[in-house]
Amino acid sequence: MESLIHARGLVKRFGEFTAVDGIDVDVRRGEAFGFLGPNGAGKSSTMRMIGCVSPPSGGELRILGLDPRRDGPRIRSRLGVCPQLDNLDIELNVRENLTTYARFFGIPRKVARRRADELLDFVQLSERADSKVEPLSGGMKRRLTIARALVNEPEMVLLDEPTTGLDPQARHLVWERLFRLKQQGVTLVLTTHYMDEAEQLCDRLVVMDGGRIVAEGSPRALIEQYSTREVVELRFAAESQEAYAEKLAGLGDRLEVLPDRILLYVDDGDEAAAEVQGRSLAPASVLVRRSSLEDVFLHLTGRTLVD
Amino acid sequence: MLTLVLPRLVSFEGTGRRAASVTERNISCLRSTYWVVMLSGFLEPVLYLFSIGIGVGGLIGDLRLPDGRLVGYAEFVAPAMLAAAAMTGALSETTFNFFGKMKFMRLYEGMLATPIRPIEIALGELAWAMVRGVLYSAAFLVIMVALDLTSPMRAAVMLPATILVGFAFGALGMATSTIIRSWQDFDLIASAQFALFLFSGTFVPPTAYPTVVRWLIEVTPLYRAVDLTRALSLGPVGALQLVDVLYLLTVLAIGLTVAGRRMGRMLCK
Repeated sequence: MESLIHARGLVKRFGEFTAVDGIDVDVRRGEAFGFLGPNGAGKSSTMRMIGCVSPPSGGELRILGLDPRRDGPRIRSRLGVCPQLDNLDIELNVRENLTTYARFFGIPRKVARRRADELLDFVQLSERADSKVEPLSGGMKRRLTIARALVNEPEMVLLDEPTTGLDPQARHLVWERLFRLKQQGVTLVLTTHYMDEAEQLCDRLVVMDGGRIVAEGSPRALIEQYSTREVVELRFAAESQEAYAEKLAGLGDRLEVLPDRILLYVDDGDEAAAEVQGRSLAPASVLVRRSSLEDVFLHLTGRTLVD
Repeated sequence: MLTLVLPRLVSFEGTGRRAASVTERNISCLRSTYWVVMLSGFLEPVLYLFSIGIGVGGLIGDLRLPDGRLVGYAEFVAPAMLAAAAMTGALSETTFNFFGKMKFMRLYEGMLATPIRPIEIALGELAWAMVRGVLYSAAFLVIMVALDLTSPMRAAVMLPATILVGFAFGALGMATSTIIRSWQDFDLIASAQFALFLFSGTFVPPTAYPTVVRWLIEVTPLYRAVDLTRALSLGPVGALQLVDVLYLLTVLAIGLTVAGRRMGRMLCK
């Protein structure tokens, strides 16, 4: 399979600080690939190197088979980029944002106008075509930014936290549009710290922490590898959950004590819940749920706030 | 040999087209309000011409040029106002507006995700500043001819000279914008611009100042610009004007290089 992104020992340094610390990545044509990680993990720095707007400090990087150091403009002409913060042109209206951007790629005016209309339709903004950018909602701006990233019919679209800051309706609409792009064969590369987003969209993902890749695989494989099938969440009425931890010893693969609840990582949640009752511990609430990517993520990158 | 040269050639392919698309972006966002901004930039030198060139000039009477000829004060001041207008037009677009686009609208971040390169943004923005500068200059030249301060022939030669002046100041302004950090620094630019406007042989010939000050004046870019337009307007044109042209071309080259490099460093970290 053809690699659209091929990185070996990729490094990005800003002065003394190492943002990306030697990562190996391969993204194949047609897949949806995710970079997961807490803030400061090096996701955005990686994305900027892939987008050929940030020169790597070390290692090997090839995008679409080309060298970003030499062929930046050629590579960028075949990429679509949706940055973390919208940088739409506030002096232009919605449609002009697309047509003007198309001109940056050297697309003829007539084609640009036709594509702008198609894309506005695709992201459901046709009615706002003549509106200014400023009054649009966050979700609309993000959809417009995504439309703008598609104006050159890119082979690969880079999305840096595509749904951060959006309300649930807006997020689902963005996901649905991205899913349709993927069905059309467009390669998607996204960063996110939303686990549900990664589970929804990504065929394969890497978890980054402190500039390194700490895990890699499909969402399902990662859950299987780093978590159990189910999780039992127990809340005890007492002030400290800690006291109950000892009494739960031997239950499940792993146990995690949080200030407000205890998590039991088990293969069969109901059986474990029954066992808890059997030990007559009487928790205030019991919740049995499937293990999620979030459990993997927190297990790998820790619960400490990194900001 | 060929493999060494070719990539360089290829990397410049499309530069003109991409720079033009940056200029085109500015043309598409021309709105009615923008004309107000442009009008103010044009009015300023015209007001100076009338108030000082013609008003104060009436009190001063004629002025003796270094070669002994007598000219009306307004005739002396007008070409300097032309050069100053070219400077103002170019600087207002490449300092305040350029800085805002770079730092606050984050416009160039979006552009750089396309095949456009930093130097192409600089070229495109500079070309746009020139469009504006040429409009100022042309309008001012029409006034000069109408007031019989110069001949139509001379005015036709002065127009390309003002384009050169505009390019040089535009590049200088853009390079400065990549260096300054905050809006406050624009007060410094405005002060420097005003000092240049007052002392670059605009209202008083530099020979009126003590030798050291005179030398200082003669190395400033606006003085070189004024010297060029004034020679073209009043004559005679000689080797010194070649120096002016080379000086302005050098400022243009240095300014553009600095701007392109620094933009690259700031935006492509």
